[in-house]
Amino acid sequence: MSERTITLDVTRYRPHQEAVPTVQSYAIPFPDDWVVLDALNHIKDQVDGSLSYRWSCRMGVCGSCGMMVNGEPKLSCAVFLRDYFPRAIRVEPLSNFPVIRDLVIDMSGFLDKLKSVKPWIIREQEKPLSEGEYLQSPRELDAYQHFSQCINCMLCYAACPVFGLDSGFVGPAAIALGYRYNLDSRDHGTAERREVLGDHEGIWQCTFVGECSVVCPKHVDPAAAIQRVKVDTAKDWILSLVMPWGQR
Amino acid sequence: MNGRKTLEPLWWGLFSAGGVVAAFLVPIHIVITGIAVPLGWLPDAQEIYRHWPVRLYLFILIALPLYHWAHRFQFALSDMGMRGIHKPLAVLCYGAALLGTVIAGWILLRL
Repeated sequence: MSERTITLDVTRYRPHQEAVPTVQSYAIPFPDDWVVLDALNHIKDQVDGSLSYRWSCRMGVCGSCGMMVNGEPKLSCAVFLRDYFPRAIRVEPLSNFPVIRDLVIDMSGFLDKLKSVKPWIIREQEKPLSEGEYLQSPRELDAYQHFSQCINCMLCYAACPVFGLDSGFVGPAAIALGYRYNLDSRDHGTAERREVLGDHEGIWQCTFVGECSVVCPKHVDPAAAIQRVKVDTAKDWILSLVMPWGQR
Repeated sequence: MNGRKTLEPLWWGLFSAGGVVAAFLVPIHIVITGIAVPLGWLPDAQEIYRHWPVRLYLFILIALPLYHWAHRFQFALSDMGMRGIHKPLAVLCYGAALLGTVIAGWILLRL
């Protein structure tokens, strides 16, 4: 297999030794089938063991290796070096997040938001185990399955200009996941989630730029989820005006 | 994220309804009143405005897109760096739309 050499300009930030991030360039020989993550692993193993980044599965399932690749949020396991060659590749931490070190971002804010939309099945009353599982028809599964493909990679947050301006915005992935459980026939938690989803920092901050759906590696289409939650919430709001007794 | 009661569903509802009107009906009216009537392709049937359903239709045609403008303009200004004065911007933009609605209603009533 022929090997070519590509330059990776990688953002370095080691808070104990530098006040602001710097760029370090690495010339990496690569075979045709290497992705950006392979090059980073090569640097870590062979060139510079101090480089820090997150990764795990190498196959677009775990959502750990999100980075900015030439300014675009990408899973670094899913972008081939050959598609950028002979130009250099700029590798930076995901935009819009605080950086802990090098390419590692602080995801604690995202995890808090994820928890706040209660992305699990909420039952008014659990039925006893002896009554068996909760059955779903193929149609009921279809209603939410599309939105359940999210791998929490946070590329949508890095792409969202609203989140970039207001870190309090609940954001694309969390809203889409909340909506996924609202759509689940086994779930009774829509009213509980409304407090967070329908808040000023929830769906109403979204101005439908749509970049979240463009960059999503799993084609979840969070922008569509947010607009549908807006329609549902506006409908509920009108219903609560005309039928105040009907609200929980 | 305190879940306080908010009027945002109302403003967003008016915004989206205004968007539908602006996208589907306004172009037709630009063609009719801006091109076809001045060029004489269609008669200038002023008497049609005496009918109440027509006036109601015109009220919807004029008023709803104002809210579409107000919402979008306010968010555009916020995104361009005026996030700190989000509240006064909202009052100004939605207030202008409300004022436009009242003026449109008043004119249509007096036709």
